Amino acid sequence: MSRIAGSTRDVAIWGFRRQTVPILSTLAACLIDLFPIVASSPLIPDFAYLVLLAWRLLRPELWVAWMGLPLGLFDDLVAGHPLGQSMALWTLTFLIFDLVDSRVGWRDYWMDWFFASLAILGYIAGTWYVARMMGSRVDPIVLAPQFALSVFAYPLVARIVIALDRWRLSR
Amino acid sequence: MAPPSTRRPGFSRRAQYGLFLGYVVAVGGILFALLLLVVATVDPTGFRALKGAALDATRPVASAGHGISTFFSGIFDSIGNYLGAGAQNAELKRRLAAERRALVQAKATELDNRRLKAMLKLTEEVHEPVAVTTITGSSFDSVRRLATLAAGASSGIELGEPVRAPEGLIGRVIERGRWASRVLLVSDAASNVPVRLVRDGTPAIATGHGDGTIDLKTLEVGRNPFRRGDVLVTSGIGGIYPPNIPVAVVAAIDGDRTVAKPLADPSRVDYAMVLKVYQPVAGEPLSPQTTQALQGADQ
Repeated sequence: MSRIAGSTRDVAIWGFRRQTVPILSTLAACLIDLFPIVASSPLIPDFAYLVLLAWRLLRPELWVAWMGLPLGLFDDLVAGHPLGQSMALWTLTFLIFDLVDSRVGWRDYWMDWFFASLAILGYIAGTWYVARMMGSRVDPIVLAPQFALSVFAYPLVARIVIALDRWRLSR
Repeated sequence: MAPPSTRRPGFSRRAQYGLFLGYVVAVGGILFALLLLVVATVDPTGFRALKGAALDATRPVASAGHGISTFFSGIFDSIGNYLGAGAQNAELKRRLAAERRALVQAKATELDNRRLKAMLKLTEEVHEPVAVTTITGSSFDSVRRLATLAAGASSGIELGEPVRAPEGLIGRVIERGRWASRVLLVSDAASNVPVRLVRDGTPAIATGHGDGTIDLKTLEVGRNPFRRGDVLVTSGIGGIYPPNIPVAVVAAIDGDRTVAKPLADPSRVDYAMVLKVYQPVAGEPLSPQTTQALQGADQ
């Protein structure tokens, strides 16, 4: 493929790809919840949140904070969470990272991982609290394996998101 | 690092207002989402239409994958079976002999029962399942233990109806679309099933623990009536679950805490049967007279 746009059609296609790949990849990660896996304990990381986190840390300027609302609504509906759970937690994540970005001058790979781990911890605690509100009083220790797996899955997800980002911006 | 004294994105008024407005919308959105959550706590069946439509929309994807999941769990099963064949053989022979003895005893009891029931002129109610369907997925990445069924309102499924497999109780329907529904599994911490011990009829409540096991709570104090290997069946108390559906088998006893494993593993069962609510009156609100009588007793 030529590096220089040959026609306005090329420009339109690249522009479309540049804008929609982050959103579409997050929505696709939400759809992972439809996989026909029936697990007896919460073990598998919430990939939708990991993808969202990876995009946010990679491209802070990509989304305004309220993008968490429509994306979270979609996740709530697909995954069957109580309506509002992902909406609130995802938007809150964006706001907190906006604060973190204004405080922390630079971030490297390890810092990203550290902040992502904190965010995952907060997110899992949030889902635990919502479940508690809904009458499902789960021992927090049950969620420890999922937290550990999520923390170790984050670098993998970040790799995939970086690859997607390269493809998105390539010409 | 200290935050910069100004967070303005430049001298453009438009950009400044845009940024500010973005934050206002985000905070407002969070408050709105929290409101939705509070509404969901008060009325868990709220937004029925929206959630049902989402269930329906995602059903084709979910049911297409059912074959794949059984294929994969089949692989792991057959590897395990191959490794444990010898020990399993001996164990099965021993179990078969025990079952045969129990069967003879059960037949005798059944005859006895029929005779006694005929004497009391009791008729056995036969409960036809509302629908027979498959489990197409679950909330595997969430704290809640929920599963989705490939049938909904169009098959006659109503909210609150119990769901069972041939092996035992699975849970009850909490959300429903036209062609799909969502089930609260017995292993969810919000699920409370009134059960009784098969051995001696001790009543207990089976509450999910969230990690695939079930906690058993009994009303007896001081003594733990359960032994390892005890089987529990629904007692029919409460009027939701029909009596005598197998629920769980006691796996471990840790002081006061009794841990049981559900007999029906939702990841393995081939079919799920949706049953009618045992006594439909149980789900209805109290009559004005009863309410008045209860309030009168309160004062």
